[in-house]
Amino acid sequence: MTKDGKFDFSRRSLLRAGAATGLVAATPTFFMRNAFGAEFRNNPGNASEVKLGFNVPQTGPYSEEGKDELRAFKLAVKHLNGEGDGGMLNTFTPSSLKGNGILGKKVSYATGDTQTKSDAARASAKRMIEKEQVLMISGGSSSGVAIAVQSLCQEEGVIFMAGLTHSNDTTGKDKRRYGFRHFFNAYMSGRALGPVLEKEYGKERRAYHLTADYTWGWTQEESMKDTTEQLGWQTVATVKTPVGAGDFSQYITPVLNSGADVLILNHYGKDMINSLTQAVQFGLRDRQANGKNFEIVVPLFSRLMAQGAGDAIKGILGSTNWNWSLQDEGSQAFVKSFGAEYGAPPSMAAHTCYVQTLLYANACEMAGTFYPPEVIKALEGFKFDGMGNGPTEYRAEDHQCFKDVLVVRGNQNPTSQFDLLQVVEQTPRSQVEYDWKIFGGELGPYKV
Amino acid sequence: MDAIFLQILNGLDKGAAYALIALGLTLVFGTLGIVNFAHGALFMLGAFCAVSLNKLMTLSTKVEDTSVTLFKAYKEQPYLEIWFPDMGHTLIEYSVPLSILLAIPVMILVGIAMERGLIKHFYKRAHADQILVTFGLAIVIQEVIKAYFGANPIPQTAPEILSGSADIGSWLGLGQNVVYPWWRIVYLLFSGVVIFGVFAFLQFTTYGMVVRAGMRDRETVGLLGINIERRFTLVFALATIVAGLAGVMYTPVLPPDYHMGMDFLVLSFVVVVVGGMGSLGGAVLAGFLLGIIQSFASMTEVKAVLPGIDQIVIYLVAVVILLVLPRGLMGRAGVMDD
Repeated sequence: MTKDGKFDFSRRSLLRAGAATGLVAATPTFFMRNAFGAEFRNNPGNASEVKLGFNVPQTGPYSEEGKDELRAFKLAVKHLNGEGDGGMLNTFTPSSLKGNGILGKKVSYATGDTQTKSDAARASAKRMIEKEQVLMISGGSSSGVAIAVQSLCQEEGVIFMAGLTHSNDTTGKDKRRYGFRHFFNAYMSGRALGPVLEKEYGKERRAYHLTADYTWGWTQEESMKDTTEQLGWQTVATVKTPVGAGDFSQYITPVLNSGADVLILNHYGKDMINSLTQAVQFGLRDRQANGKNFEIVVPLFSRLMAQGAGDAIKGILGSTNWNWSLQDEGSQAFVKSFGAEYGAPPSMAAHTCYVQTLLYANACEMAGTFYPPEVIKALEGFKFDGMGNGPTEYRAEDHQCFKDVLVVRGNQNPTSQFDLLQVVEQTPRSQVEYDWKIFGGELGPYKV
Repeated sequence: MDAIFLQILNGLDKGAAYALIALGLTLVFGTLGIVNFAHGALFMLGAFCAVSLNKLMTLSTKVEDTSVTLFKAYKEQPYLEIWFPDMGHTLIEYSVPLSILLAIPVMILVGIAMERGLIKHFYKRAHADQILVTFGLAIVIQEVIKAYFGANPIPQTAPEILSGSADIGSWLGLGQNVVYPWWRIVYLLFSGVVIFGVFAFLQFTTYGMVVRAGMRDRETVGLLGINIERRFTLVFALATIVAGLAGVMYTPVLPPDYHMGMDFLVLSFVVVVVGGMGSLGGAVLAGFLLGIIQSFASMTEVKAVLPGIDQIVIYLVAVVILLVLPRGLMGRAGVMDD
């Protein structure tokens, strides 16, 4: 202050003061690298344990798949905590996982029951976030559920590592910054199946679609229609069927008079089992149409679900995210661990859930914090290998994983109760990649 | 023309399942005055009689797949096929129709146990109480089945001779695309026989006559010295048999799972209400009528004009019928009028 009572700042003193203020303000982040904004949802702070939330269908029609997901989650937790044989921790590269939990904290878990219903899934996820203080939510067996829970997780500021969800919308128009999908999607199924369909059934085909009337079915139909029309096939009709229709006879009989020679069943789970079984009963596979053998295609196959269709799946082409028969080191390590623990091979749902848990844990290690925006940044664009399906990338722009896709066929002569799907082709990742902008949507903010 | 004919067949087939379930529901409501929400579970139990017999007949020796080393994988070979190669194979192939022989005594026992153990305590209780307790029972039965058999559908196959499709088009001089699965035709005929059997039993036997009289006026029949309660217990068992047999024979059409009863229950109640509460003829008529309407509403041409109509048509028709005929198609005055 000067004699006349006025403040007298020189340019130098102003700069000094500014630098000092900046230094003081930056000190916490400088010395406390892991304390990004101490307050974030369910910050474990100094606790010795962190909890993850596994939200799977424990009741309802997808509960067998849910059980398998839960088995995989438990195995992943075991491996993260340094127990068991380590499974994919031994093959995953580049890995920051040390087998001592996550960032030195022991991993525990809470479970929720999605019931394969969006509202129930959101309620159980909310309970786990608020009551169980989980840091991450994972699991699920339906796209409707995944989209609902993903949206909740964005609002709550908790990372969602999706389980089985195949709709393009999950990482398309409904994508969220806090949501990540390792599973492939309907578009990728179409791109993978295209060349095989052309090779096996030719370029002149007339396709009839029966489609489950919800988000996954719509995107699956759209993707298959695009793919087959690019091959030169004609689309005779696209018919929406109610989810859980049970008896599909009224939808199958019109196929007989439609002039179609291929039936594409955009159904999953019980709908797939019922529609496929009934289509075979109507003799579609024994028919000739347009001078060709009539064929049925099921774009999304799951081994667990295929069991329910019995002999009807034999010879049917479809696609799958992963299969236990893959011979790469990562898949073998996982199948070995899972088989030793539970006496059966893991399903593709189990595989994706196991991998998602490890990827989340690894991202926390890479970021050096549980602070979600930093974990998200570690996951975005992360390239890895040794988890099955070859080199994989979590694309930053839409949080969709890109890896090889399997085209499979219902096994004609299974050698065991698990040998239901035969891998026809491992479609390279480059063939199923696409511009992330085609499905629209916005990821949203890092900080919520 | 071909498409319409096929949709009529679909409707009859679907209606046959609705009618069989609704017939049992109506029998129980008409005699005991019980609104039985566990009736769908009885349909499911019948289906699992078929699953159980098939599992029993396919008890197997396990031949290990040595090419798989990371877990135990094996192929099963049923003992029946090892011990009696041809005969054993045939028996397994016919396990679904043979299940009828198992389902009848099992369903009688289940029916009597259910009626004596639970239902009889709710005869004089409000319908809301009956609905709650029977719905609870249905969930318990479902969960027991799920705990033992799992949640996934379990495929059952029709005998080889009935597994293909009948070329109905050539029989009737219609197009070559008019084919229909043999097993569905068998199911339709089977339903006709069961429905006729139930009606004949009630119409032409003394026992049935007493039951019908009891349905009309329980008190007067009781005053004549007839133990109407005991007869009604057997009627409950009869209703469980009908539901069980409907379930057994439906397994090749729809791979059974623990939830299949619930899937049919709501629709069957709509059928009962549309037919007229307590009217056996109404239940059967409404079953076939709604089955056919539902099939036609699913036609591409209809859906092009009225999208989504297939999902609501049954309920729309029910609303219209109940507005025009408040007691349903063949409902009697005084039944659930209050």
